[in-house]
Amino acid sequence: MTTTAIRVEDVWKQYSVGLDRSAVTMYDAVSEWLRAPLQRIRRLTGQGGDAEFFWALREVGFEVREGETVGVIGRNGAGKSTLLKILSRITAPTRGRITLHGRVASLLEVGTGFHPELSGRENIFLNGAILGMTRREVARKFDEIVAFAGVEKFIDTPVKRYSSGMYVRLAFAVAAHLETDILVVDEVLAVGDAAFQRKSLSKMGDVAKRGRTVFFVSHNLGAIRNLCSRALLFEEGRLGFDGDVGEGVARYERSFAAAGSAIETTQFRGPLAQHVRFDSLICRQDGQVVEIIDPLAPLEIELRGFASESFPSLDLKLGFFRDGVHLGSCHDTPDEAPLHAGEFVSRLVIPADVFRPGRYSIGIGAVAGIGTWVWGSDVAALDFSENRGGRSDERTEGLLAIPYRGERIQ
Amino acid sequence: MTSAQQLTIIEPPRGWRPLDWRELWEYRELLWVLTTRDVKVRYKQTVLGGAWAIIRPVLTMVIFTVIFGKFARMPSDGYPYPIFLYAALLPWTFFSGAISASAHSLVGAGALVSKVYFPRLIIPLSSMGSALADLIVSTGVLLLMMLWYGVGWSPRLLAALPLLAGMMILALGIGTLLSAITVTYRDFTHITPFMVQIWLYATPVVFPLSVVPERWRWLIYLNPMTGFVEGFRSAFLDKPFALVPLAVSFVIAVVLLAFGVAYFERVERRFADII
Repeated sequence: MTTTAIRVEDVWKQYSVGLDRSAVTMYDAVSEWLRAPLQRIRRLTGQGGDAEFFWALREVGFEVREGETVGVIGRNGAGKSTLLKILSRITAPTRGRITLHGRVASLLEVGTGFHPELSGRENIFLNGAILGMTRREVARKFDEIVAFAGVEKFIDTPVKRYSSGMYVRLAFAVAAHLETDILVVDEVLAVGDAAFQRKSLSKMGDVAKRGRTVFFVSHNLGAIRNLCSRALLFEEGRLGFDGDVGEGVARYERSFAAAGSAIETTQFRGPLAQHVRFDSLICRQDGQVVEIIDPLAPLEIELRGFASESFPSLDLKLGFFRDGVHLGSCHDTPDEAPLHAGEFVSRLVIPADVFRPGRYSIGIGAVAGIGTWVWGSDVAALDFSENRGGRSDERTEGLLAIPYRGERIQ
Repeated sequence: MTSAQQLTIIEPPRGWRPLDWRELWEYRELLWVLTTRDVKVRYKQTVLGGAWAIIRPVLTMVIFTVIFGKFARMPSDGYPYPIFLYAALLPWTFFSGAISASAHSLVGAGALVSKVYFPRLIIPLSSMGSALADLIVSTGVLLLMMLWYGVGWSPRLLAALPLLAGMMILALGIGTLLSAITVTYRDFTHITPFMVQIWLYATPVVFPLSVVPERWRWLIYLNPMTGFVEGFRSAFLDKPFALVPLAVSFVIAVVLLAFGVAYFERVERRFADII
């Protein structure tokens, strides 16, 4: 007989827009009070307009049976992480009720609470306690954890001296050895090099096979297909699909291919902002639409938009930024070329192994001559997965993989 | 599988709720681990290490002795000014260190709070550890000073333990309250240090209670630190205890702790959303 492990009944979660609101200074709170006491009272008593809030989750309900492995998929902002945070009791639902049968451990980040000054050994015990393991449990698994992470030689070195690869391996190893009835995991498997990722995935598979209930969020659709039997697809805060994993993933891929990455028209400025509109940005690899990009495969970017009039010469431009640094731009034509009124589609192809793992911000614009332009910064983001092709951290440092040939002359 | 089936129900928060003692007890290991982490890390990568726990209060004592003992000629109830001061400076240093640390503790543990569940009360609780460790070390200096000046070393010394317990209750109450308020209003990261500084001069640390005019005594008794600081002085300098301010201090401490914890529990479910 199978029993229920997780029951979620009609769960809603509301956030106020611009969360900074509540974290503002007291000066703001007081001056706002003075300026608009009525509004403030209305908000405090919960009668304020809906405009200031948005629902991150709406009427979400499902049940998970003991021993099931459920994959949660959906676009960024669809509510996956909010659901995990509620299941992990980090934040409370606004409405609804969740019942969990059994001991729950959640893993939303690797290395939470790691202290750089403490040794690997001390951090294992610290992190274990934070994740809810008893000292005895950690002590029993200690050797296994150290071996899994492969840091035997450095176990008494402060972790601030670890390479970033060693650090995440150790952090993941602790979490991978949690023994609970229900395991809630966010996108944490995307750490370390390819070999370690495979090891982590097979470890997760073991956990699932041992009859534990696993609740797993990932953008890695391959991992979801391999590990899970069932998929929950979230669309704008609602549960859009609940069923067979193959069907769920296929549906997600279809919805993604249709929409691409929507671009908001309000983010653009410049004299041309009224005349040229950018609608979507779609990334493809091997002909498949992707959300997470493999840095070691060529990338095709398709940009779609609409021009309300024709231009004798216009240049469409895509800029890549990371941490505020402008890394470079690509143009859709080698020289300025005419653009006809109506819909336009441009394609850029970027060879394999140019970008490093991580998130790059995208700016999009067009120039039709001096002083005639439109530009939107930060209108989309590209996420490159942690695929380092087996190379070590030191060999994949920096923002770009510079194409080069190196040789030792003497 | 491992444990007997445990049932957890997650629902929207509903106003004031009682503290879950059982849960807090289940997380005692985390409390211990976080406390020892803070203590271990406190003097890492310092040349003098734990000696700072002695140097800081001793230096403060020297400075205050010069300013208040020599220049201002502050009376000290017939005791040598340095030991008169140090006996009160110790509990004060503990108290101010503990509330400063816990006021900032939740904000400082933002990453933890937004990624892992545990009773949030653990955070301000564990932040007291460092102040307590420093207190124990610097008490050693005081015991030596007492030998040097030939005062104290009487059975009254035993009273220091219940006094410390009372002061910890007070520090916990104020610390949990401040930590929860600081999450919402970061202004308190700036307000707290001033509050602590003003509080020092509103407490008979650098001056004896006897310089306060009789008709204002009730006011200074309302400061819960008055009773504890005077109590420590009595314990270390072997003089009779003033029972009224002590009783007042204990009552205020317990009330503040109850209020601090209740307020904390009321707002704790919001922390992860705004931290």
